[in-house]
This record gives sequence, C-alpha cells and structure tokens, in this order.
Amino acid sequence: MFLSMNWIEDFVDLSGLDKLELIRKFSLSTAEVENDILHKGSDVSGIVVAEIKSVENHPESKKLHLLKVDAGEKELTDVVCGAPNVRVGMKTAFAKVGAKIGDITISPRPLAGYVSNGMCCSEAEIGISDDNSGIMEIFDDVANGTDLKELYQIEDIVFEVDNKSLTNRPDLWGHYGIAREFAALAGRELKPLEVDDLKAYDNLAKVDMKIEDSLCQRYSCLQVENINRSISPVNMRIRLYYCGMRAINFLADLTNYLMLEMGQPMHAFDSRKVEKIRIKRFDKPFVFRTLDGVDRSIDENTLMICNGDTPVAIAGIMGGLDSEIVDDTTTLTLESATFNAVSIRKSTVRLAHRTDASMRYEKCLDPEMADTAIARFLYLLKKYDKDIKVVSSLTDEYAFHYETITLDFDKSFVDRYTGIEIDNDTIVNTLTSLGFKVSLEDDRFSVVVPSWRATKDVTLKADIIEEITRIYGYDNFDVNTTRSPLYPVRVEAVKSNEDKIKDILVKKYNLHELHSYVWAYSDEQKAINIPVESNIKLANATNPNIETIRKSIIPTQLCQVKSNTSYSTDFGVFEIGRVVNGVDKNNLCNENKMLAVTLFSKTKDIKTLYFELRDMLSVITNDIKHNTLSFKKAEPTHSYEHPVNLNTVLIGDTEIGKIGIVHPVVSKKIDKKASIVFAEIDVEKFTQAQSNAIVYEEPSKFPTMDYDLSLEIPNGVFFESLSKCWNELGGKILKSTKIVDTYDTDTVHSITVRFEFSSNERTLSSSEVQEIIDSILSKLETIGVKLRNA
Amino acid sequence: MDKTAILKEEITQKLSQTESLAELEEIRVAYLGKKGSITALLKGMKDLSAEERKTFGAEVNKLKNYAAEKIEEKTEELKNKEIEREISSMPQFDVTTPADLSRGSYHPITLVQRQCETIFKSMGFTVEDYPEVVTDYECFESLNIPKHHPARDMQDTYYLENGQLLKSQTSAAQNAILKKYGKNLIENGVPIKAIFPGRCFRNEATDACHENTFFQMEGVMVDKDISISNLIFFMKTMLSEVFRKDIKVRLRPGFFPFVEPGFELDISCLICGGEGCPSCKHSGWLELCPCGMIHPNVLKEGGIDPEKYTGFAFGLGLTRLAMMKYGIKDIRDLNSGNLKSLSQFTDDE
Repeated sequence: MFLSMNWIEDFVDLSGLDKLELIRKFSLSTAEVENDILHKGSDVSGIVVAEIKSVENHPESKKLHLLKVDAGEKELTDVVCGAPNVRVGMKTAFAKVGAKIGDITISPRPLAGYVSNGMCCSEAEIGISDDNSGIMEIFDDVANGTDLKELYQIEDIVFEVDNKSLTNRPDLWGHYGIAREFAALAGRELKPLEVDDLKAYDNLAKVDMKIEDSLCQRYSCLQVENINRSISPVNMRIRLYYCGMRAINFLADLTNYLMLEMGQPMHAFDSRKVEKIRIKRFDKPFVFRTLDGVDRSIDENTLMICNGDTPVAIAGIMGGLDSEIVDDTTTLTLESATFNAVSIRKSTVRLAHRTDASMRYEKCLDPEMADTAIARFLYLLKKYDKDIKVVSSLTDEYAFHYETITLDFDKSFVDRYTGIEIDNDTIVNTLTSLGFKVSLEDDRFSVVVPSWRATKDVTLKADIIEEITRIYGYDNFDVNTTRSPLYPVRVEAVKSNEDKIKDILVKKYNLHELHSYVWAYSDEQKAINIPVESNIKLANATNPNIETIRKSIIPTQLCQVKSNTSYSTDFGVFEIGRVVNGVDKNNLCNENKMLAVTLFSKTKDIKTLYFELRDMLSVITNDIKHNTLSFKKAEPTHSYEHPVNLNTVLIGDTEIGKIGIVHPVVSKKIDKKASIVFAEIDVEKFTQAQSNAIVYEEPSKFPTMDYDLSLEIPNGVFFESLSKCWNELGGKILKSTKIVDTYDTDTVHSITVRFEFSSNERTLSSSEVQEIIDSILSKLETIGVKLRNA
Repeated sequence: MDKTAILKEEITQKLSQTESLAELEEIRVAYLGKKGSITALLKGMKDLSAEERKTFGAEVNKLKNYAAEKIEEKTEELKNKEIEREISSMPQFDVTTPADLSRGSYHPITLVQRQCETIFKSMGFTVEDYPEVVTDYECFESLNIPKHHPARDMQDTYYLENGQLLKSQTSAAQNAILKKYGKNLIENGVPIKAIFPGRCFRNEATDACHENTFFQMEGVMVDKDISISNLIFFMKTMLSEVFRKDIKVRLRPGFFPFVEPGFELDISCLICGGEGCPSCKHSGWLELCPCGMIHPNVLKEGGIDPEKYTGFAFGLGLTRLAMMKYGIKDIRDLNSGNLKSLSQFTDDE
C-alpha cells in the first residue's frame, strides 16, 4: 500500500520534523516500509499556469500548432505544441524556458522551422497522472503565471508499506489510521476527522434496507442526488495516482479516496436499480456479472447485496455491472458496510478475485467506522460539489457489535515482560496517543481498547505490551541476559548419535553428506529403473513427479550418485534423513530417521567395497556403543536390492538396518562397470540398541604368547562359527584373535589366525596353551575346519 | 720375524683391505675368536718356560689389544661410511607437489546447525529432535492458529492423504517441548531452554531464492521473568557467535499468531556492513529471523500458566543462514546432491 505524506499531514501536524526519520521509525515501530521512498515532484520545477491566447495551424505539420500563451508575463510567449486538445481560452500547465522536468531543462527549441519558447505539458509529463492524451487542462480560477507546485500538491513523499505487515492491523488500511501512528511516534496530536452532521437528515425517509444474513455485521446507507461534478479536484486525483489508483470520475474517485483515507470500502449504486436493499445468500449457485464485465460463478456461501431478490453486488468484493452509476444517474445510494471477515476471505479465494475492498474486509474492519465514513464522504462531497442534496436519512442496521475490551494489569507485569524500566507516564502517554483510554491507580492500569483495535488485534495484556514497547522503540532497549537458575542439560541421544555418526563417516571414511527430498522423484527414479514404491501421498502436490513420500532414502540417494558419476572414480555419500512407512493403527505416519550410505567405485571390486561398508558400520557401532554387529541373510523387499549378500544388520537382537549390493538392473543404469553398495540404518533403533560401557583391563606384566593356526575352511562355513569355538574354549587367558593372513585358491579357502594368550597372574606354560589349542582344533574339526596341510 | 710381528702385519694388511662389516667380523673371529690365531698363540704358551711365557705373553697380549683396537676403529669407520652412504643415497623429494587433500564433507546446513547448537548448548539449552510429519494440532491449533485463521492461508502447507502434514515451521515442536519440560519447570523451577533444528516444507514453486524444503532452528526459553530484553540478548549473542563478529540487530513488529509481541529480527548486512548494497536491497539490513514472546494461549495449551511464566521463541532460518555465511547464491544447490559444490564444506571449526 502506498502512502502519501501530504495526506497523513492532513491529520497530524508534522512541521519541523524530519519526515524520513519518522518514516524510518514507523518502519521499526509499526509496519515495514519498502526501501524506495519516492520524492514525488522533486524533479519538476518552473511549471506555471498559462492561458492559450491564440491557436494557428503549423504550415509544415498537420499535428503541430503555433500557440501564443499568457504565462503571466508582460508579453505572450510563442509555443509550438503537438497536443490535439489545444484551444483558445484553455488554461494549461506550461513549462517555461529554464523549467525542469526530470533530467530535461526546457530551452528555446526549433520545431519544424518555428521556435518554441517552452512546452505545454500533459499530466503524465508532470508526473501527476498517466494521462498523456493531451495537455493538462486547468479548471481552477487562478492567475496566469501561478507556479503549479504552489497551486497543487505535486510535491509529496510517498512510501510503500508491505501489505503483509498490515495483516493484523485493520486500522492501518487508510491514511487516517497511519496518521494516528505518526502522531504517536512524533508526540503530536491527531486531528479529528472533519465530517458532515448526519443528524441533520434524520427527518428524511429511510432507505428500504434489511440485513437478512448474520454475515453482514453492519450496513449503513444514504441517498444523495443532484451531483453535478464529474472531474475530481486535481489534488484528489494526484493523491489517488500517487497511491496507485487511477482517477475515473468524481464519484468513483471519492469512494476510492475515502477507502484510502479511512480504510472503509464504500460503494455507490444507482438508486433506480437498488430500491429495496437486501443482504443475503442464495440457495443455489448462479452467474453474476461484476462491474469489470466479468461473469463470475456465485455459490451458496457468498454473501450478496440484492435489490429485492436480484443480486446487485458481491458483498465486500465488487459491485455488479447492472447497478453501476451511469451518465444519466440522478440519485445514488451510498453504501458503507461491515461484513464477516472470514466469509469475505473465503469468497475471495473461491472467486479467485481479490479487490482493494476485500483485502480490507478480510482484516476485520471496525463496524464503528461505517457511519463515520458516510459522514466523511458527505463532507467531502459537499466541499467539492456544493449543490448536492441528501434525500434520505442515514439508514443504519448494526447487527453485530464487538465487545468492549478492558484490560487490567500492574506496572510489574510490564516490567517483567519488557525486562527494562518504562515509567508510568510513558505508558499512559503512549497508550493514550494510540486511542486507548487509560486509567492508572497505584501502579495498576485499566485500559479500554479503542474499537478500531478491538476487532481481533488487541485482546490480551500481552498485546498491550506490544503497543508500549513498539512505540518506546526496540532500539532503545537495554539488552540483558536472563537471571534464570542453571541446571545441567542433556542432548537428545538420537541427536548426539547423529553427530557422532556424521563425524566418523566424514573424518574417518571421507564420505560426503548430502541432503535429498522427503518425497520420491518418480522421473529420476524411473531413469535408474527404480519404480516409486506405493506409500502415503501428498494430498495437494502441485507436481505429479513428487507426490509419494519415500519409504527409503536409498532410491533418492542412488539418483544423486548417478548425477555424480563424473565427479570421481570412487566416492561415498550419506544422508541422515526421514522416511515414512505407511500409517499406524491411529492413521498416523510411521516416520523413521534413517542413515543411508552408498559407496560407488570404478576401481574396487564389489567384495572389497562391500566389506569397506561393513567395516564402516562396525566401527560406528564399536565407537558409539562399544558393541558389535551381527548379520542375518535377508530377502529383498526393495527393487534396488541385489538378492545375494543382502543382510539384516543387528546389534544384539535389535534389527537396525540393512546392508547390500545394488541390483544390477539399477547399477547398470547408474554406471555400466562401477561397483555400488548401500546400507540403511534406523538411527532411532541404533540408539535404542544395547550399548556397553568401557571396561578397563590392566595390561599384563607377564609375557604374552602368540600362537598361529592356518586353517582350511570348507564352503558355507562362516567365520562366525569358528570364532564361536575359540570363544567357548579359550578361557580367560585367550586375550584376542586376529586374522593375519588369508589364502584362497579356487578350491581352498584358508586363513591364518593369531591367538594371543596371556595372564595377569603368571607366565603361561607352553603346555597349557597347547592344551587349549588342541581342544579348539578338535572342536573346529567337528564343523569341518582343519589345519592346512595337515 | 717372530710370530707376533707376522700376525700384526697380517692383521694390519687385512684390515686395510676390508670394506664390509661382515668381512670385519670374519677377521675378528679369525684372530680373536676361540679358535683364532691370537687365541692359539695364548693357548700355545703352556709349553714355554716361565721366563719365556712372561715375555711372550706380554707380546701376545699387546698384539691382542692392538688387534681389538684396530678392529674397533675399523668397525666405527665402516659404520660411519655406511650411514654416509645411506644419507647420500637418499633421493631429494619434491615437496612442492600438490598435497592430497581428499576428505569427506558435511552438508553446509550441518555445519551451521552445529555452530548454533554449540552456542546454545554452552548457554544451557537442550537440543531436541522432532519428526517431519506432524498433526494439524501440532503445527496450527496448539500455536494459536485455529481453523480458518488467515495465517493458515499464508503458509502453503503440504498435506498428506491421512490429514497429517509436513511441518511448515519448526514451531510445530513447541507444544511438545512445553509439555515435555513444563512439569520440571512448575515443580522444580528448572527453566525450559530448548532448541530444535529441523526440516520444514512449504508448497511453493522453487527458484534461486525459494525452496519447498528448508531448515529452521526453533528456540524457546520459558521461566518466571523472561523478557523482551532477554530475547534481544540471546539473538544478538547467537548471531555474533555464528558470524564471529559483533552483529548489529534490530527488531521490528511482526505478526505471528504464536507470539505476542512478535518481531522480525534484522541483522546489519554482512556484505556492506550496513552501508547499503544490492544484497540488502540498499537498506543495510537483512531480515533473518521471526521471534517474539510466546503467546499466552500457546503457553496455556502447553500446560503453563501465562500469569506466572513468560518466554521467548524464535525461528532461525538455518538455510538462509548457511547461504549467507558461505555465499551460496542458489538455494537449490543445497538439495542438489551435487558433489562439486557440496564437497567443499569439510569443516568450519
């Protein structure tokens, strides 16, 4: 919304104050002002009122005329002018030699052989309207040579307020409300609105009007006739133009003017078409043509203004074409009403048609304003068109009253909320300047909220704090830390595990953390042969490519891997993100936080890569939980899983995730030759799984004894069953085992295991070690494992 | 010549020709070993007279000492030579070749999030985790945004088929946090101090400045006397820590149904320092973070008496912060998965 400083100053005397500084304060205390503050008219000078004394056709040009104009100087000035509307006796805006318009300085200039000593200007050239059809015509009776800037308010400071920042302030949708804020910020008085006395018409007949629907809160109307003026005063037109509206005709301009001034939308009907005003909804949908000539479908929820049973306007949104004021209209009915804000907002959305009026109604306008707006309208109407005649009394139905809100609070409440000392006088003055009625007794305040703030905006004590502090200025606040007591805090275990996992993967394994979206990208997945798995969908997705929520991160991650195949021959990526697996019995989503890892390599074979990933998971588990992983063969449940080497990953009995190879159908699409493996771990399950404390063991003072065994392992026997044998039989003195060598041929798989024996109490004898080794060997034999070459 | 003189000459001769420690050892064994020639001489003395033994013994001992000394000298010499050889055979490395800097990377959001978490943890805030799919109650009702409230129109929320929604703001966690820690506040006087970083979703078209998926970090503090002054303090402190310089902040009134008073927090432009530049649209300020005093209705809904307790809340745009901190111009880079851009964020500490 554009605001004119001149207009604001109609209502508050800001003389002697820095206007730009006030606008800055307004931005910090009331609503955000856009950066570009316009200094209207500052680039225009030397333009005066001049009368055209003679008009001759230019001998060389059909368009140009040779004029003699009286610019208030001793002699007439010769001017060449191309405007079509020149005529003798017309007064216009004349830029004298030396005048400035924008970057141009007017100088004598030959035009097709004749020198023009100045320029007659259109309104667009001066910048006071977009009318460039001819030169400006001045109807006011003023002396030639009068400076146009003295005559009209061409100079103005115009600033724009972001509409969004006015969402909760219905009172700020007109200049008068804005002026109240400036008055409070500047510490000056707000002038009362000059209005007509409507009581004078009380003895006239009422308009036939009836509210038949509770969505209409108040409806005020009045009939006027004998309106003669058709063009609005220049200053009014300038203000409308500066505030982003076009002048249409006096009556339309005046309704707009009033809306921009008071924030109250108004409408004028041709009284012949609207004899019996009824406000209601219709049972059935129908088509209605609004005054912009558009046919709109109206449903049964849309409130309409009607003439009897014939709709004539969409309440609060736009009038109808048929009841519009036309040239032969003699009597008009002025409407000033208040409607239910939610209803207007919903109708606007349904009609997909937002107007200056509906924008205001949506904000919960103050119904108290409805009759005042009519009084103000009449005041201005009479001021500019003296012969108008009021032909009805004010007809006013006030169906819905907001309750008067009184808020009581102590000074200590303000102190506690602000954390600084704001004295009682400041509080009283601030609130009073904003229209609140304040009484103060022994540090106890009682505040009555003014009607224009009481429709939804100020309802609580906390709202009063905002009023006090914003005018006080947040820049003026002393900034202090709290005096709250200190207690230890604990970070959520899932959060801290997440951090630890990230550190291990990044720092130890050089993996890269990526983010992806929570929904499946069907097109991208299709390109790598992963169909989107059926799962809960977005109800209002605008893009069919992203409607299904992902069950697993791996498909989105594989899409990312594909887009990075040229990044490097070897890389690994991971993400800790969310997935959803359907809904539970309460119809709520089963959401899981997953760690997804994918390794990609063009240089390593699949087995090496698989074990790298297995080791990463083991290190994570060992580091964070001092526990070990176990694995269980799993059956594929996702299309991207290779059926061989797919394993469920467990900590104790808790299944925490999966590790596997990417299915060749998918991996070939990503890269024909690369090895690709993945793992997906549920971070919450990982967190819940058993974790062990560190148990310190004192290092032995006695020598350790190593014993190497080279074992031949038959196909199908896993290391796990070997380790089970020696873990059972090794006793206290078997401290550790490790594989020091592996030897594979086509037929034989063999490993060399180093057993480390030691005791904290004594030096071990070789015979007792040998005894254990022998028992292990005979146990191993039972599962088919024997000594190599034995 | 007598035997000792011959041996002496022989040893001297041999030692002068020896160039390896192994040969030297052979020489030592040949003369001084158990079966060595000098040892043999000593053994042969038992056949001599006492007088001869005395003279000859002295001579042989002299020879023995001589030999031992010379071998020792030679050993030392050869060892030194060997070290010299080792030194001279060491090639000169070219240390100016490029270093291998390949390493993993964090997502930039993780880095910024961690910085914020570290700062707030140091001030006694707990870090919470929260789902992405939430209920209407969590995201709206509990936050003083009843049905038909215009604020619901302002947010283009992604709804799911089951009526749940993808949270449009981290404030969706507020109610749960208030309930989780409220008891401890009321019964034991332990203030609620929590932050909860998380992903938020808005149903809108994406471009360089807009994303449908982005990160925020919500923070709340509730206690007996939490004030606007405290709120400004915490915001200013955090931002100065994140950017590692003194950050100027300013508050403007802002309307959010879950706070009262509500603010928009601006920081002085990081690029121009407040002078005005294209980044800040020549205003000198950047809008960063909505915040405010928690609305009494929100406290009440969380089981906390607004007459006794006050609190502040803020919703910091982590995505925005990361972009500002690292100069990321296109918001879509963050979810692109493009390693060429994302692998650059190795560590920020």
